Amino acid sequence: MSQALQAQLPVLQVVIPLLAAPLCIILRRRSLVLPFATGVCWLTFLVSVFLLGDVLEAGVISYELGGWAAPWGIEYRVDALAAFVLLFVSGIAALVLTWAPRSLTDEIPASRHYLFCTLYLLCVTGLLGIAITGDLFNVFVFLEVSALSSYALIALGGRRQALPAAFQYLVMGTIGATFILIGIGLMYQMTGTLNMADMAERLPAVEGVRTALVAFGFLTVGIALKMALFPLHVWLPNAYAYAPSVVSAFIAATATKVSVYILLRFMFSVFGLEFSFEQLGLGRALMPLALAGIFVASTVAIFQRNVKRMLAYSSVAQIGYMVLGISFATATGLTGGIVHLFNHALIKGGLFMAMGCVMLRLHSVDLDEMAGIGRAMPWTMAAWALGGLGLIGVPATAGFISKWYLIQAALEQNSLVVAVLLLLSSLLALVYVWRVVETAFFHEPSARAREAREAPLAMLLPTWVLLGATVFFGIYTHYSAGVAEQAAEAVLRGLQ
Amino acid sequence: MTETVLGLYNYWVVIFLMMMGFYIVISRGNLIKKVIGLNIFQSSVFLFYITVGKVSGGTAPIMAEGFEVYSNPLPSVLILTAIVVGVATTSVALSLVVRIREAYETIEEDEIYAQDEAR
Repeated sequence: MSQALQAQLPVLQVVIPLLAAPLCIILRRRSLVLPFATGVCWLTFLVSVFLLGDVLEAGVISYELGGWAAPWGIEYRVDALAAFVLLFVSGIAALVLTWAPRSLTDEIPASRHYLFCTLYLLCVTGLLGIAITGDLFNVFVFLEVSALSSYALIALGGRRQALPAAFQYLVMGTIGATFILIGIGLMYQMTGTLNMADMAERLPAVEGVRTALVAFGFLTVGIALKMALFPLHVWLPNAYAYAPSVVSAFIAATATKVSVYILLRFMFSVFGLEFSFEQLGLGRALMPLALAGIFVASTVAIFQRNVKRMLAYSSVAQIGYMVLGISFATATGLTGGIVHLFNHALIKGGLFMAMGCVMLRLHSVDLDEMAGIGRAMPWTMAAWALGGLGLIGVPATAGFISKWYLIQAALEQNSLVVAVLLLLSSLLALVYVWRVVETAFFHEPSARAREAREAPLAMLLPTWVLLGATVFFGIYTHYSAGVAEQAAEAVLRGLQ
Repeated sequence: MTETVLGLYNYWVVIFLMMMGFYIVISRGNLIKKVIGLNIFQSSVFLFYITVGKVSGGTAPIMAEGFEVYSNPLPSVLILTAIVVGVATTSVALSLVVRIREAYETIEEDEIYAQDEAR
């Protein structure tokens, strides 16, 4: 690759999907649009692979947008954490869209496919933009780009419940984003800069001032709303349950993870470890919420009849694990949180894709209808079971690695209670995963399940790639956990 | 005392609008009213940013002889972007309300959820 092109990689990461989105409207024809959007997603993924390679080799990349030097211009800043997030967001975006055509034809009228592709690419743009930018106001803009497109994507769902779900998400998402905007405004008022690195330097001088404290409060609550931290998660279950399968798979795997990334950026890189955790005790506030989220959401998940909804509640619980790792504010805890970002993205993406396969054949994801489906669709449900094992955290799956780090972090801090609670929470996951596996494999087939056949290979293959990856990263941990460790160190070091 | 009340006049308006908008969003069940509340809530933030940019005694930021104090133009520019975002949010919200009305024949939140639970 030429030197000139390599220097432009950070901006290409965002510009490629951004420019491709309106092109989808021009192309319009279904047979053209879907392959085009899929190709764009794979190209974006390729860019992120190169970016991660560059970062691991040469350290932090700083890119001046339009040639304006930071802190005046907008800076794109790629460190190990950002590159890691870019990699899995673009990778899952590409894989989900490759999986999608059959499911899309089934769930969304063909006349709207070009609009779907436009929204999908815009959502990808927003999520990648959040991860790559080093400018606070830019974070808000990209946040809204991804959020607005995901409201519309969720509203594409086939059942009418999708509409109030999307509206509720819109209201809560907008409140969250506006809170973040207020926080950014207050910080700008105190420091006169919007560049993250520059702000991190100037903040210590004004940290005692109430304005900075209020900014911190607004940002924490706003981000918690966006990432569906218990008890601010109420928008999530319906949104994931009633969205089209493609949208559930993509958004469940990426959107909340990117919000967790924002939390890491603001609390560690901008405010700094000492201010957020030692002075204000953010860890003491986050830990009980994370633990409560894990237990309450897992318990609620056990009682769901709709399996997509069950997975949505499980997502809320998994966010709890990530936040728990962050709340330790140690290298091990952060590594656990960050590697779980990645692992859970793979697992939940794969599980929702398997549910999409079931949706295609059964036109329902209710547990009653799914009785005995394991006989008709053994490959789909075997993939689901594999993902379920990852959720529980069985050894040799990716989920085990996350929990291993989290428990280690808890023991390092001598909080035996947290370690025991972590183990207990896995039992809850075991219960809700087993319920589905039992119904699918050991119950008499329902009327619909008798007529169902195995999902097409074009959908099975990406599902297995994603869920197979969870086993791969459960065994060869140095790829995922190794990068996560570097990312955790980068976060703890700050922006200097 | 007068300094905090009158001197920070703009900020009091911001806080009033912010709380009013937020309260409407939470308390009203009518979806259109919720959208209006959301709008008021966002507008208060616009006003806040514009207030932040004002430098007392400052003039418009155009270099000219005889002027030394300028207002900060950046917050106004930022908030132009946020206003666009606000307009986009409102239009998405309103189009959702239209489709909800088509599907449920009501825009009252409790009636919508009652319909779904009844089935």
